[in-house]
Amino acid sequence: MIRRGTFKVTGIAGALALGAGLASPALAQGWEPQKPVTLIIPAGTGGGADQMARFIQGVVQKHNLMKQPLIVINKGGGAGAEGFLEMKASAADPHKIAITLSNLFTTPLGTGSPFNWKDMKPVSMLALDQFVLWTNSEKPYKTTKDYIDAVKAGEDRQFKMGGTGSKQEDQIVTAAIEQQTGGKKFTYVPYAGGGQVAVQLVGNHVDSTVNNPIEAVAQWRAGQLRPLCIFDAQRSSYTAKVTEKEAWSDIPTCKDSGLPVEYQMLRGIFTTKNATPAQVNFYVDLMKKVMATPDWKEFMEKGAFNQTFMSGPDFEKWLTSAEAQHADLMKKAGFLATQ
Amino acid sequence: MEELNALFGGFAVALSAYHVLLMVIGITLGVIIGVLPGLGGANGVAILLPLTFTMSPTSAIILLTSIYWGALFGGAITSILFNIPGEPWSVATTFDGHPMAQKGKADEALVGAFTSSFVGAIFAVCLITFLAPVVAKFALRFGPAEFFAVQFLTFASFIGMGRGSAWKTVASMCLGFALASVGLDNVTGTLRMTFGQDELLNGFKFLVAVIGLFGIGEILSSMEDGLKFNGAAAKLRMDAVIRTWKQLPKMTMTFLRSCIVGCWMGITPGGATPASFMGYGIAKRLSKRGDNFGKGELEGVVAPETAAHAAGTAALLPMLTLGIPGSPTAAVLLGGLLIWGLQPGPLLFVEQKDFVWGLIASMYLGNVVGLIMVLTCVPLFAAILRVPFSIIAPAIVFVCAIGAYTVNNAMFDVWMMLVFGVLGYLFNKLRYPLPPLVLALVLGDQAESSFRQAMLVSQGHVGVFWSNWLCGGIMTLGLVMAFWPAFQALRAKLAGNGAVARPA
Amino acid sequence: MSSNEEAEGRPLASYRTLDIAVAIFFLIVCAIVMTDSLRLGISWKPNEGPMPGLFPFYIVVAMGIASIINLAKALPHTEDGGETAVTSVGLGRMAAIFVPAVIFVLATNFIGIYVSAAIYIGSFMVFFGKFPVWKAAVISLAIAIVNFMMFEVWFLVPLPKGPLEAALGY
Repeated sequence: MIRRGTFKVTGIAGALALGAGLASPALAQGWEPQKPVTLIIPAGTGGGADQMARFIQGVVQKHNLMKQPLIVINKGGGAGAEGFLEMKASAADPHKIAITLSNLFTTPLGTGSPFNWKDMKPVSMLALDQFVLWTNSEKPYKTTKDYIDAVKAGEDRQFKMGGTGSKQEDQIVTAAIEQQTGGKKFTYVPYAGGGQVAVQLVGNHVDSTVNNPIEAVAQWRAGQLRPLCIFDAQRSSYTAKVTEKEAWSDIPTCKDSGLPVEYQMLRGIFTTKNATPAQVNFYVDLMKKVMATPDWKEFMEKGAFNQTFMSGPDFEKWLTSAEAQHADLMKKAGFLATQ
Repeated sequence: MEELNALFGGFAVALSAYHVLLMVIGITLGVIIGVLPGLGGANGVAILLPLTFTMSPTSAIILLTSIYWGALFGGAITSILFNIPGEPWSVATTFDGHPMAQKGKADEALVGAFTSSFVGAIFAVCLITFLAPVVAKFALRFGPAEFFAVQFLTFASFIGMGRGSAWKTVASMCLGFALASVGLDNVTGTLRMTFGQDELLNGFKFLVAVIGLFGIGEILSSMEDGLKFNGAAAKLRMDAVIRTWKQLPKMTMTFLRSCIVGCWMGITPGGATPASFMGYGIAKRLSKRGDNFGKGELEGVVAPETAAHAAGTAALLPMLTLGIPGSPTAAVLLGGLLIWGLQPGPLLFVEQKDFVWGLIASMYLGNVVGLIMVLTCVPLFAAILRVPFSIIAPAIVFVCAIGAYTVNNAMFDVWMMLVFGVLGYLFNKLRYPLPPLVLALVLGDQAESSFRQAMLVSQGHVGVFWSNWLCGGIMTLGLVMAFWPAFQALRAKLAGNGAVARPA
Repeated sequence: MSSNEEAEGRPLASYRTLDIAVAIFFLIVCAIVMTDSLRLGISWKPNEGPMPGLFPFYIVVAMGIASIINLAKALPHTEDGGETAVTSVGLGRMAAIFVPAVIFVLATNFIGIYVSAAIYIGSFMVFFGKFPVWKAAVISLAIAIVNFMMFEVWFLVPLPKGPLEAALGY
């Protein structure tokens, strides 16, 4: 009960600060959650989105950023369709927000589930998650070129790429790489989670992976995995040493290494479709507060996230183009739902 | 010796009044979570996680793992008393635990379950203490083909042991597989058997089926027989602990087998639920009293509980050393480690020695504290059976409904629970065995995924399952197990003919 | 207590009838799964192994064969099969808990699980346990409130709630 009290004080203070700081006070004054806010994760426990959502929950509670509690629920059925359909169905309930990953685009395209990101209201982009091409450090591939040359020289489907899920981000990146390997395909092996994928690579059950940095960093530091290149336009901005010799910024971009593929995954927050601007603003502001904490900065660095914040029209523009990009990539790879 | 020194250092960290208090709190919460099917260990851990940010990582992990121990202990309680598995890994405990309760021996079943949980956990912790690096390396050898081999072995050790009609067993098991295939196919990303229904996207979840088949089915059977639970009138005697412990030394081999099975399944990581089934199956095969299993045999409680707890504990090892969570609860713990700035993985044991050994020491202590707590409460738990049936029956339906709802937060699952309840009642009546159905439901999906992953890796060659000694060995053992009943029947037949000499 | 007497009641269904009904249920499931498996493809692709429909298809084929055998075994009139499986009294007792349970689940959609459960438990106690109304009211409310505190307040697990909880601010 004491906790409730302090929540109230900081909550009101926060709302006042928000009112003062925004250009249109009429919109910002009004709204604050009246009951616990549910954060829906359209993925299972333990994955990247789950970790980030639970981290946000932790930060919100630790720093008393919201008067009402934040409840985290996993709704990962049907590659996340379950969570998205729940958001769509509760369009009138502004006490629901969702964290998204690439399945925001890939699930409706790949399974034909009836929803679209426009069935929700975009709040803000939190970060972009990177993808890195990893191989086992026992293997002789020192650079991207070594590896791609080996794939080109090998038999079709000889090289095995491990990844999370089917027809999702990892397989899309794989399909994009296949366009640069002179017609040689990978055998894509889908696993349940990113952590398992990294371990399968350490155990030499697959030849390479496109794990997110946070999923494979432990094995990199232990010298079991080797990062070949990062699927971003620029090198990572994190220069602190991760292993004894290398930092995230030491990994070359794939483009510079002769593999012109770029892909990043959205980590963003959405609320329900009928949310008013005041309600959206509340969440935008909440996320800004979360991102201002030192905990968040540390989390970003650990996972080598690309820290890009967007909200409002910028974010919607980004989403529209990302959707088109996914539709294009999936069409080329033949991943679109056939029904 | 280095390990021992480090461990004693760990005890020095873990053994403070503050930490013991945290353990008591955590275990109490855990038992509540384990009892209620609506709350899983993951809930408890996730909810307390934010509160632990103000603590040191060691204190925090002690609090959180204590919930885990409590939940492992607690799952057995409702299985034994009401035939409702509070957690998936306590399904196998119902097979003999509930019949024991019906015979008025609920207290013995509870003591047996708690004690064997403790033994399983301690065995697994010892393994972690001394063999962690070796075991972690071993776990790396497991690819899709090896995973499938382990799942196949689990099935093989369980099939062919039911009583009654073989065709009913086949039908029941196949129904389990068919239900398991509903939802998203993990390998190709296509939807199966959903027919455009959003409710079916998530498939039929194990817990919903189990709550319905066992819990609601049992209520219906009890109602049909009259408004009471059998065994409700059991006398409560305070010497249950001693009475039960006297019977346990005879079961040393069962303990040992289940410990090994559990650790194996926890590390590979098959998980606690398959481990409990496999522990039960193997004990039934090899125990002298195996024929009485299913009728209320203490050994039938000991075997699955030991295996489940050993597996649940051993599952923490791949999480710490490899960063793969062995269970949803472990997954949430993993998230916690990351937030505290501890990176699970090969270097954790090198860089965070204090934390790791504090954690391992707390595993010993947490289980000791837990055992003392739950054993003291046995009369209390057993007394629940004396609550009038007309209160307990609707209350159980209520709790089951909560449990079914929380699996996916969907009312659809509550309706499915009622349907499964009717099915459970009919199956019981017509002697369709339920365990094969349940096992197929929990393992079917995973086994199919592993099989198809293995096929992708091998480009469609089935020979991959015999491509190395590990995988081939497990597969061969599985085949032997699968055909064991046939061997036995054959041998019995030959012996029956009289003329054939028995092997010396 | 009349409920504890071994009242036989009118026989409603024999084991034979139930066996046949369940076998037919299995065959229906079988047909449904087969239809969708065929849509998904049941062949073995050279480089990839089984297609998504292969396993479910052969599983239900096995199930179908087993069910047909079960059906064939159940059809002849035997002494065992003719025995009464369900009596009117037994069915009545089961209905006494099951029908209210269905109403309870239905009502959950409108008035939330806690209020619905309190009514369900309370009325069951009054009508079948012959408890005095006040006792039933106290106990059923207590169970509902304890669960409410546990799930909504303590563990923050949101369950279906109705107008009453909304009025209380949840």
